[in-house]
This record gives sequence, C-alpha cells and structure tokens, in this order.
Amino acid sequence: MKRAGFSTRWLPILLLLPQLSIILIFFYWPAAHAVKSSFYLQDPFGFGETFVGMKNYTSLLKSSAYLRSAQFTVIFTLLVTILSLSLALLLAVKADKVIKGAKAYRTLLMWVYAVAPPVAGVIGLVLFDQTWGPLKDFFGLFGWDFRLGVNYFDTAFAMVVVSVWKQLPVNFIFFLSGLQSIPKSVREAALIDNRSASGRFWDVTFPLLAPTAFFLLIINITYALFDTFGIIDTVVKGEPSNNPMTLVYRVYVDGFRGNDLGGSSAQSVVLMVLVLALTVFQFRMVERRIHYT
Amino acid sequence: MAQVTLNALRKVYPNGFEAVKPASFTIEEGEFVVLVGPSGCGKSTMLRMIAGLEEITEGDLHIGDRVVNTVDPADRDIAMVFQNYALYPHMTVRKNIGYGLKNRKIAKDVINQKVEEAANLLNLNDYLDRKPSQLSGGQRQRVAMGRAIVRDPSLFLFDEPLSNLDAKLRNQMRIEIKALQRRLGVTSVYVTHDQVEAMTMADRIIVMNGGEIEQIGTPSEVYHSPASTFVASFMGAPPMNLLDVSRENGAVMVGGQQVAEFTGSGSVTLGVRPEDILPDANGSFEINVTLIEELGAHRILHAVWAGQPIMISVTKDVAAETGPLRVAIKPDALKYFDPQTGRRL
Ligand SMILES: Nc1ncnc2c1ncn2[C@@H]1O[C@H](COP(=O)(O)OP(=O)(O)OP(=O)(O)O)[C@@H](O)[C@H]1O
Ligand SMILES: [Mg+2]
Repeated sequence: MKRAGFSTRWLPILLLLPQLSIILIFFYWPAAHAVKSSFYLQDPFGFGETFVGMKNYTSLLKSSAYLRSAQFTVIFTLLVTILSLSLALLLAVKADKVIKGAKAYRTLLMWVYAVAPPVAGVIGLVLFDQTWGPLKDFFGLFGWDFRLGVNYFDTAFAMVVVSVWKQLPVNFIFFLSGLQSIPKSVREAALIDNRSASGRFWDVTFPLLAPTAFFLLIINITYALFDTFGIIDTVVKGEPSNNPMTLVYRVYVDGFRGNDLGGSSAQSVVLMVLVLALTVFQFRMVERRIHYT
Repeated sequence: MAQVTLNALRKVYPNGFEAVKPASFTIEEGEFVVLVGPSGCGKSTMLRMIAGLEEITEGDLHIGDRVVNTVDPADRDIAMVFQNYALYPHMTVRKNIGYGLKNRKIAKDVINQKVEEAANLLNLNDYLDRKPSQLSGGQRQRVAMGRAIVRDPSLFLFDEPLSNLDAKLRNQMRIEIKALQRRLGVTSVYVTHDQVEAMTMADRIIVMNGGEIEQIGTPSEVYHSPASTFVASFMGAPPMNLLDVSRENGAVMVGGQQVAEFTGSGSVTLGVRPEDILPDANGSFEINVTLIEELGAHRILHAVWAGQPIMISVTKDVAAETGPLRVAIKPDALKYFDPQTGRRL
C-alpha cells in the first residue's frame, strides 16, 4: 500500500506554521511572560521592575481578599456546575418523556443555545437590572430588597443564576442526545425488570449517561471557572469594591485596575496549575473508565 | 404458567395507523405459540401489547386470571427476550441476570443461587463476571435467556431472539430454546418472520398479515391445510404452487385438460405443494422443466405448466433434466382458493 506523504520536508512544516505561530504568540509567549512577571514587582507607571522571588506568591496567600475570592470561586463553581448539570438533566429526562409535541418542546428548550453567549448573558442580567429589571420588583413582593452590585449575597445570587441559565441549553442538548442514544430496548428491558421509575433511572439510565455526564462535568467546571468572566464583569461593572468575584476576574481587576502586574501574574500561574491538574484528572478518568459499547 | 387470552385486542398508533386489527385467541397453559408473518405485519406490536410496552387501544388482555390491560410490565409476571438482547451494557452477566430479582427484594444469596443455576443451564458459568461487550452474539443471546428464566415468569415473550445469529448458531439455539421451554413448561409467545422457526418450534402457529390473523393452527394444519393463499405462499420453502385455473361444469381445467373435479364454475385458484407433484412416466400431465435448483438432499425443478410457472420438489434419487416431464399429482393434495378474497374454498 502506498503511503500518502509530502514529497518535500518543509511543506508540512510550512502548512503547520500558521497554527503553531498562533499558539506560540497567543498562548506560550504570554504564559511564559506571566511566569516570569510573577517573580517581579512592577513599577505601576512602567518604570522598570524588581526581582522579588516568591514574594508575590506568599503575599497572595496572606491576602484576605484573595482568599475570599478563592473561597467564593470554589462555592460559585460548585453551585454553577451542580445546578446547571442537575437542572439540565431534569429537563432532558422530562423532555425525553414527552411524546405529543416533542419537537416544539425541545426546540423551545434549545432556543437559548442559538443565542450568542454574551447576548444570552446580557439578557439574563437585564432581568436582574436594578432600575428596569422585573426580578427586583418580583423579589420585593417577598420583602427581599434586592441590591445588585451592592449587597454581596444578592450580587453572588445573580451571578450564579445568570451563569446557570446561560449554560443550561448546552447541557440540555448533550443530556438529551445522550438519553436518546440509549437503546430503546434496554430501557424496555428495565421496564420489565424494575417497577420503580426512579430505580430504573439510577440503575440503568444514569450509568449509561455517565460518559456524557463526565464530559459535561469537565466542560461545566471550566465554564464556571473561566467563561463566566463576561457575566461577572457585567454585574460588577468594573467596580469590584466589596463585590464577589472569581479568581479569574481578580486577575484582571488586580492587574489592570490595581496595576499590580506581578501579583496578577502570580495569580495567573496559580490558575494555570489548576487547569493543568484538571486536565490531568480528566485524562486519567477517561482512560480508566466510563466507556462501554 | 398461565393461560393468555386476547379478546378483540386492537392497536392504533398515535399517527392513526391500525397495526393490529381486533384479534382474539387463547394460549393454553404451557403452550408454545409462534406469531409469524412478513415484516411490518404487526407481530411485534401484538407481542409488545402483551408485554405492556405498548398501550392497548381496545380489547381485553388476560394473563392467568387477571385482566392486565393497565398493569405495569414489571407486574405482569412476564419475561421478554429482545431481538438485540437489550442487555444492560454497564452490568456484568451476573448482574444482568439478577437485576430483575434484585428489584423484587429477594435475598442476595437466593439471587446468587438462582443466577448460578441459570448459568449452569445455559453454559454461562465462565462468563458471569464479564460485561456484555466481551461476549459473542450467541453468549449474549444466552444471557438474555438467563435473564428471562431466573424470574420464573408465568409467560415468556420472544421477539425474533435468533435473527441476529448466524445460520448454524440459530439452528442450535432454536433447539435449545425449545428444549428449555419444554423443560420449564412456561407458556410462551415467540415472534419470528422465519417460517422454519415457526414450523419447528411451535405447538401452534398464528400467521399474521397486514395486522390481521390469517390462520391459527398446528404447524401441520397451517402447512397442509392453509386457510388462505397468503398462508399457502408464506409457509413452506419453496411455497405452495398457486395456479389460476378455470372450472367448467364441476371440472377443474388446466391447459384444456381436466385435473380434478370441483363443484361450481368460473375461475378458481388451485394450490398444490411442490412435493405433491411427482415425476411419473405414466402421469397424466406434462410440464416443461426450465431450471433445476440443486439442494443436495433434494432438487427443485422450476417448470411451466400450461403457461403458468410451478415448482416441483424431488428427492436426490430422482434424475432430472430440463425439458418436457410427465408428472402425476397426489390425490387430495389439491386445495382451492377464492381468486378474489384468497380464502380457502
Ligand atoms: N410507533 C409507531 N407509530 C406508527 N406506526 C408504527 C409504530 N410502530 C410500528 N408501526 C407500524 O406498525 C406496523 C407493524 O409494526 P411491527 O413492529 O409490529 O411489525 P413486525 O411484524 O414486528 O415487523 P418486523 O418483522 O419487521 O419486526 C408497521 O407497519 C409499522 O410501520
Ligand atoms: Mg418486529
């Protein structure tokens, strides 16, 4: 058999070059730069820098604001991931059962997905808006004086709700197609074997959804950690003051608002390590289990 | 063990399609009934209504002494074997077989014992800790059987359980299933579109066509005394020869020659099994053989008789060549059908 190949050596390299240079310029170079900056103290006005060793890192650990953000990030990520996964699963299971008008239901539930993510985020936030958002008045009915951007809890609440809302359709679509790829006869066999619907769900349906669920878990953790930047920025409106924020947003606030490039770089490096750990974990898990056919 | 009675059972799918026209019959305790018919005739629909996987549009279904129309599948005391086995891919063979028992709150050691027994019976002992994906088609089929028998159901339902196996394995499993059913004595309904399976396994065959039952009878009744041209042409390989012939004053004529006597006049469909036409030098009829199919133990001669195609099945000892051949027809082998309705006259 003839192997397809290039006649010259430099052609494949040339073809790879655009992709490689993009990765190099926009990923490796800034990453290396961040690692380097994290060991320096930058002059806020750009007049040189001083080597400070691990000082940026140790002061991070001593900063109560940073630790508070870290704590918020953990809670925020857990809440967003768990809520968006479980709500999407619930919706998918319900939508999967619908027989009459199934298409209409599914289309409606997936509609949000067709809206560009930033727009979806903005729509979600409009609902919470202090001046013309309907939710403030609605909460007022229950005696909840909702203060977005002022009250720590209220702001965090809005961030979580909007983040979950935006992520739901993606999870829904994956769960629904996961459910529909379970052979009908397997579910019917379970119907004969087990009279309890919840028993069938946890014994048969859910384990068969596990590959999908695991994939979504990783996607959602990444989403909650990093892709919620836009939502948080829209809520906080660049005025961090006493507002909750995730670690990713703090990198931006400390670096570009606070002009502490060294500290901000140290924060980035911490996040890089976190992503690395997450990736390793994912590969380990994928290799190990959750694969049947 | 239970008697199953269908009383004008009918199925109309939500899109308005009537897949099963009102059907009534009774399956006796311990009987092995085979539902047979061409693809799309409503066999699976009928079986799935009995299983409770498909809602019954009209009519009553009795299993044992209960009307089970609205009873959950899990409470009908049935076990079903699916065409693609429908094993739980994430469970080991042991768990697959025991899952139904576990949900009935049966003690663990009892389940284990029953699973081992079933595995023994089906030669699955070495595979109990494997996942279905690590088994061959035949082994999966056995696991599906095991899952059905551990439950000691009062009714077995099979939906083309052998159609995914190769021919050799199919023959073997056919015999195993039949033997197992005999031994356990469980009432069974078996769906297939393979008329050989139907003939060999059934105590009684139900032939379906287009959502309707064409005939219910023992394999021999269905074969030798088909109730319609459909049954005649569906059962048997090669199928019964069907010839359009005319009657003149009570004589059935083929090519201007009297074949038999049959009251009435006008056209009629004449049916005769290929093995009931015998080459005979002194036979009264002459046919023209055009093609010979060699099958080893016997041969099938494709021929033309008075302008109509017919097939003759002869044993290997009968020399055969193409060209004119004189044949005799076994007396009382001739069946008559209404050419319009196809029903037996
Ligand atoms: N959910 C449904 N909605 C509408 N029509 C259906 C549905 N399921 C089956 N049918 C139709 O009902 C008829 C009978 O289907 P069924 O599955 O019972 O056939 P079958 O005899 O089992 O065929 P096969 O040998 O191919 O399995 C078919 O014409 C099929 O198209
Ligand atoms: Mg079928």
